[in-house]
Amino acid sequence: MRKLMLGNEAVARGAYEAGVTVAAAYPGTPSTEITENIAKYDEIYSEWSPNEKVSLEVAIGASIAGARAICSMKHVGLNVAADPLFTVSYTGVNGGLVIMVADDPGMHSSQNEQDSRFYARASKVPMLEPADSQECKDYVKMAFELSEKFDCPMFVRLSTRIAHSQSVVELGDKVEYQLKEYKKNFDKYVMMPAMARKRHVEVEKRMAALREFSNTTELNRIEWGNKEIGIITSGIAYQYAREAFGDVSYLKLGMVHPLPEKLIADFAKEVKALYVVEELEPFIENQVKKLGIQVIGKDKLPVIGELGAQLISEKILNKKIEVKSPINDVVPVRPPVMCPGCPHRGMFHVLKKLKLVVSGDIGCYTLGALPPTEAMDTCVCMGASVSGAHGMEKARGKDFAKKTVAILGDSTFIHSGITGLIDIVYNKGNSTVIILDNSITGMTGHQHNPTTGFTIKGEPAKQVDLVKLAQAVGVERVAVVDPFDIKEFEKVVKQEIAAEEPSVIISQRPCALLKNVQFDGPLTINNEKCKKCKLCLAIGCPAIVDKGDKIEINEALCVGCKLCTKLCNINAIEKAGDLNG
Amino acid sequence: MDKLNIMLVGVGGQGSLLASRILGNVALKMNFDVKVSEVHGMSQRGGSVVTYVKFDKKVYSPLIEKGEADLIVAFEQLEALRWIEFLKDGGKMIVNEQKINPMPVIIGKAKYPENIIDKIKSHYNNTISIDALKIAKECGNIKAVNIVLLGLMAKSTDIRKETWIEAITETVPAKFLDVNVKAFEAGYHS
Ligand SMILES: Cc1ncc(C[n+]2csc(CCOP(=O)(O)OP(=O)(O)O)c2C)c(N)n1
Repeated sequence: MRKLMLGNEAVARGAYEAGVTVAAAYPGTPSTEITENIAKYDEIYSEWSPNEKVSLEVAIGASIAGARAICSMKHVGLNVAADPLFTVSYTGVNGGLVIMVADDPGMHSSQNEQDSRFYARASKVPMLEPADSQECKDYVKMAFELSEKFDCPMFVRLSTRIAHSQSVVELGDKVEYQLKEYKKNFDKYVMMPAMARKRHVEVEKRMAALREFSNTTELNRIEWGNKEIGIITSGIAYQYAREAFGDVSYLKLGMVHPLPEKLIADFAKEVKALYVVEELEPFIENQVKKLGIQVIGKDKLPVIGELGAQLISEKILNKKIEVKSPINDVVPVRPPVMCPGCPHRGMFHVLKKLKLVVSGDIGCYTLGALPPTEAMDTCVCMGASVSGAHGMEKARGKDFAKKTVAILGDSTFIHSGITGLIDIVYNKGNSTVIILDNSITGMTGHQHNPTTGFTIKGEPAKQVDLVKLAQAVGVERVAVVDPFDIKEFEKVVKQEIAAEEPSVIISQRPCALLKNVQFDGPLTINNEKCKKCKLCLAIGCPAIVDKGDKIEINEALCVGCKLCTKLCNINAIEKAGDLNG
Repeated sequence: MDKLNIMLVGVGGQGSLLASRILGNVALKMNFDVKVSEVHGMSQRGGSVVTYVKFDKKVYSPLIEKGEADLIVAFEQLEALRWIEFLKDGGKMIVNEQKINPMPVIIGKAKYPENIIDKIKSHYNNTISIDALKIAKECGNIKAVNIVLLGLMAKSTDIRKETWIEAITETVPAKFLDVNVKAFEAGYHS
């Protein structure tokens, strides 16, 4: 059967066909839909783990216990999971173990542009890289076989344009996979120095065998065409190169670590000019150069951002495509914004009013750093808001802490904010931490997490009690406030930043996009009453528009959350007529 | 028709993902190779979003680049202007008359250009505009803007109407089928 599938959906199908029975992940664009789709298969136990390190450890446990297991993350998630990664490379596997990692060249939804191929090299874990959805499915299936054959975890690397493009997939049958027998094996699974030293020898043997394998596997294939130009490429870059160069010769690498050195040398000999076309770092290029082969790559192509067929033509073939619109209006940018009805908006209104230093974090609330709120000072990585605020206090003293808050979402708090909070309590800090509990993991598109009370399959689960959790680590001042109750929120924030001890404020109101959140419907501005004071515009709601002669509410966007009515001193904002009537 | 490059451009949340899914299924029914490239994550929160749909005997890159689109369907006026250079010579532009102000305009840091549709029409003669929001409202659901636009677009291709309806039936949840078919027909006959 032929089906149009997202790369991520095809990965899920590959895992299903390979007989996977355990899948664990922490969401992160562009990897999230892998596990969302795996969870649709009843045969596969699936979970959202609290963070990537936990998800990899769950998958490792499942593998050692004899199952085929998969775990998925975005590129920066691999930083979090790096600790188990480097050592599972030594232990190897029992049931096959595949680690999906999705890079984000161009940073569509990420805070950096790191190239995860270097992790494959550093941890000595082989890496495959598919170039379309069909290959996503096929490579994942193959990765499980290779994992068991070479006794190692396997990486499969995606990039945004592979993960989030749909292309045609021929579905296959599910293999009947029997759990491998579980046997105690201290030498293999207990990594103390004496055992690890022996395992390291095995790792080097395995890599030597894999280097040989890479030369002969069909994962790496040559497509001969005109031999004036030869292109070494992989993943999405292969697709761009095909379009830019047409009928030349290609060495398309499906296995990017370890590289097929002999195959590369043979290919190079046959072609007149040799190029490496790859996104981000010169990962392949530098290794080809190390073989003593002349090749052109990053001296022409950028290491920054995504490639594209036109960019490649321009940089390598000097063919520049000039298209210029005759309409010369300046087109304003359209950055993402907090949605109408977003609970975070009420909190930002207060933080801005109080002119606080806001140690920020990653989630929908990161958008609060943009105009007009501009109420977030830092964003580094998940969890860094809490520990960062503590560092600020230790650098600048208690008085600075009294002007500072840390803000982070519920999912982010569980992911890695809790450790920072323990640090604050333990090391005598005074920070105020605001947890934005919107009952969901919002930014990545609504995934459950340990605070929401449901599993990935929608089954009811025990809910982490954030109040008790904060108290249990030693925070004595814990408050729960509705961020749309602006007056109360302001009062509580003022009170807690003044306190000479750590406090936690739980800003509690569900995400406006959740199905069970119902508002009364759109509002409108009564122009007879409105004095155009523009107070309502300050909250940065995309539905409220300054038309010059009047302020207007876009009824197609307004959900009726009524936050703006709390700022209007003269009650000029009213309920609109029924749109669908 | 042996190949077709379509771009859907709009504002995150306007439903271009569903429209592109339907398009993809249309291509599949016609035995084309097809790639649909979408945006998930950050920019879906009210940012500028673009979806590329490519039909061909064999599709390599999932992206459509400047001067390569046969057809651009703009869900919003400003977005039509933003992506216009992607239209190929003689390509067709369908613009929804809806306006959604971006944040720089809302806070007075930038101006929403005036008379966008007239300007586009005067330079790109293969342009049609439509008030899809109004039509969607009349069909009973303002969320069906995407399907109204799909209807109008369907009319400008030589793909049979039945193929579109089949693809819609297979893609949208059953309980929304009626309103979506109604919206499609309204767009088709607009
Ligand atoms: C290590 C790491 N993993 C995953 C992500 C992707 N990511 C960004 S924000 C976020 C979660 C946001 O959820 P929450 O903290 O609940 O805030 P909300 O978006 O709901 O406001 C995730 C998973 C990331 N940036 N870094």
